[in-house]
Amino acid sequence: MKAETETFEKIKTPQKSESSIPPLGGVGGAVAVMEALVAENVETIFGYPGGAIMPIYDALYDYNEKLKHILVRHEQGAIHAAQGYARVSGKCGVVFATSGPGATNLVTGLADAMIDSTPVVCITGQVFAHLLGTDAFQETDVINITTPVTKWNYQVTDATEIPVVLAKAFYIAKSGRPGPVVIDITKNAQLQKFDYKGYEKCEHIRSYRPKPIIRKKFIEEAAKLINGAERPFVIFGQGVILGKAEKEFKKFIEKAGIPAAWTILGMSAIPTDHPLGVGMLGMHGNYGPNVLTNECDVLIAVGMRFDDRVTGRLDKYAKQAKVIHLDIDPAEIDKNVKATVPVWGDCRETLPLLTELIEQKVYPQWLQRFRDYMQKEEDKVIKEELNPSGDTLTMGEVIRELNELTKADAIIVTDVGQHQMVACRYAQFNKTKSNITSGGLGTMGFALPAAIGAAYGDPSRPTVAIIGDGGFQMTLQELGTIMQFKPNVNIIILNNNFLGMVRQWQQLFHENRYSFVDITSPDFVQVAKGFGIPGKSISKREDIKPALKEMLDNNGSYLLEIMVGKENNVFPMVPQGRGVSEIVLSKEEL
Amino acid sequence: MLKQEYTITVYTENQIGLLNRIAIIFSRRKINIESLNTSPSEVDSVHRFTIVINETEDVVKKLCRQIEKQVEVLKAYYNTQEEIVWQELALYKVPTDVIAEEVKVERLLREHGAKAVVIRKDYTVFEVAGHREETDNLIKVLEPYGLIEFVRSARVAIIKNSDGFHEKLKEFEHREPGEDAIENEYLAKKDEVFSM
Ligand SMILES: Cc1ncc(C[n+]2csc(CCOP(=O)(O)OP(=O)(O)O)c2C)c(N)n1
Repeated sequence: MKAETETFEKIKTPQKSESSIPPLGGVGGAVAVMEALVAENVETIFGYPGGAIMPIYDALYDYNEKLKHILVRHEQGAIHAAQGYARVSGKCGVVFATSGPGATNLVTGLADAMIDSTPVVCITGQVFAHLLGTDAFQETDVINITTPVTKWNYQVTDATEIPVVLAKAFYIAKSGRPGPVVIDITKNAQLQKFDYKGYEKCEHIRSYRPKPIIRKKFIEEAAKLINGAERPFVIFGQGVILGKAEKEFKKFIEKAGIPAAWTILGMSAIPTDHPLGVGMLGMHGNYGPNVLTNECDVLIAVGMRFDDRVTGRLDKYAKQAKVIHLDIDPAEIDKNVKATVPVWGDCRETLPLLTELIEQKVYPQWLQRFRDYMQKEEDKVIKEELNPSGDTLTMGEVIRELNELTKADAIIVTDVGQHQMVACRYAQFNKTKSNITSGGLGTMGFALPAAIGAAYGDPSRPTVAIIGDGGFQMTLQELGTIMQFKPNVNIIILNNNFLGMVRQWQQLFHENRYSFVDITSPDFVQVAKGFGIPGKSISKREDIKPALKEMLDNNGSYLLEIMVGKENNVFPMVPQGRGVSEIVLSKEEL
Repeated sequence: MLKQEYTITVYTENQIGLLNRIAIIFSRRKINIESLNTSPSEVDSVHRFTIVINETEDVVKKLCRQIEKQVEVLKAYYNTQEEIVWQELALYKVPTDVIAEEVKVERLLREHGAKAVVIRKDYTVFEVAGHREETDNLIKVLEPYGLIEFVRSARVAIIKNSDGFHEKLKEFEHREPGEDAIENEYLAKKDEVFSM
């Protein structure tokens, strides 16, 4: 604390030689930050104060009515909450954090937002400009630490830059392929008074092209390929949701009559019960879409990036198919899978152009192939998972009951592990922006804070967080945030007494050598109670429905722990290093 | 695909931190940068990076796309040796008495096109501008005569088939970009581009 007071003394009596003397009159840099946020229609900020960001928090004191600030319990919680907020609302998430440890605590969330293309603007405090590079108290090189995990970052050392830089920050975070932005503001710039000329939104940066130009030639070539196809297959990712192109996408597949499968992040862009929806791609995705990827003749990828968890072994991926790749990010074209026809552009603009040129068609036999595979998966995996014959509870049956109660209307936020795969396999959605999960980074500890953000992002729908007993213990401090600010978060802990996903791999690929996956947990219900959150723990089948109902009906947050089978495995599975058509339905097939 | 030497030319804004942003695109993929030079360009306010790496064309193309993705990068080009005119500058410090005494040395220096930059009683500094082999050769020649110091600059390169960046920049400054602004290998004609 001593060092912090010292810095504080300096503000009050700045020494003459220092550049940090705030000139008299005008508007302070911190106030300019507030004005920028108001102008950008920011409503909710997730943050945590500290020495280097105190002037901003001081300014926030006067903006309490225009800007809602949620005090989290850890900066990682702040950024995950901002991510959840952004993904549910389609707006930009905003985070405040102090210098040094406050800023470094953001790094996991920045990496997560970067790989999952989530628009977030993080404002971090920084030591006085004259102290930069002196190893000052709570000084870290935030710009260089965050460079690989931000779309853009910038350090402000002079208040006059604030309006322009923040305008750029919001523009860059939201436009094109969205991503996280860090603006590091030195304390002197926050304090500095300057002649404020108002805030002007940014709409153009000469060196930055958010959207590539759409080329007619490629649209025509793509349409030709689609019109000539016998077994076309659409795979789509979050690009459809980020581009707000759900309607355009639905029109496209409905006119084309092409079966469509989603990536984990593309999920909910169309209702899960859409007749052309054939399920999820990827390592634990559905059987048909994985196998038939290697049988289609034209593969149409929309707003997805061929992640290795989706493609499996690349040299065994869709080799027979002509690939049409629609993406807003030119760097994604040909990155992993070579495109026969690259359709650069925002899919909200390219899809209607394509829809216009394609013929209205149906592929009943081809679609039937997906249904046949689904039947096989149903018989061998799904039936037992959703309606188990044994006594131990499965994660799948919990999701089934939840679907029935929420009528596919809930926002489901998942953490990382077996429960995530099961939830994404079986959850039903009828609204877009409903499946919130850490896809690219696989960040355990994501769900609880992201669910808090999601609850602010769309308070009109129930938010249900589904979390493992391991992941919950990574960020459970955010129960304190729930206690204080009372967002409505339904927390389900699917407790298998193991770090389940790692245990599954140890069982299947490391000869049952269970190495540090046996995790003990506190009494979660007691923990929640300590935070003033009601809860219950159940382990019997007949309790599932009433307990879920009690949770959903409860006015306010609620924690429900459900004890599930300890050694259940998630199937189907594309084992690592294998091709997508080598997907297996059970342990025995490995 | 075969690895070969590529020279990447990047036009950028002049921004602190951009060097790091560009450098980590290579280091993240464990790609060694053979040479890197930053300088002004033919356009006022636009900076120019010249980066040399040894890679396959496929990798270089992907790297250029990642570079262009950076907010402050205007454009990235890659070229093979044959497509550029390039030079590196080398400086050699040699004891002056050796040169004065050994007639052979003077002849050798002249043969290698070396120019004296500084002549002092104790040492002389020569410069040679040229290709890698040329500057390398002179090291070997001078070593027996007591080469005191040697240093070589990064590569600078001019793209033979380029009209410079003046015209391109105008396109970038438009709010509605022209086709060149997002150039790619399929550069299409105007009527093939939708203007929305
Ligand atoms: C921060 C972080 N650390 C480690 C991992 C590796 N990991 C992936 S899944 C998993 C197990 C998760 O266990 P739990 O939260 O209990 O969920 P379950 O798989 O049992 O549903 C682990 C350790 C990770 N994804 N994230």
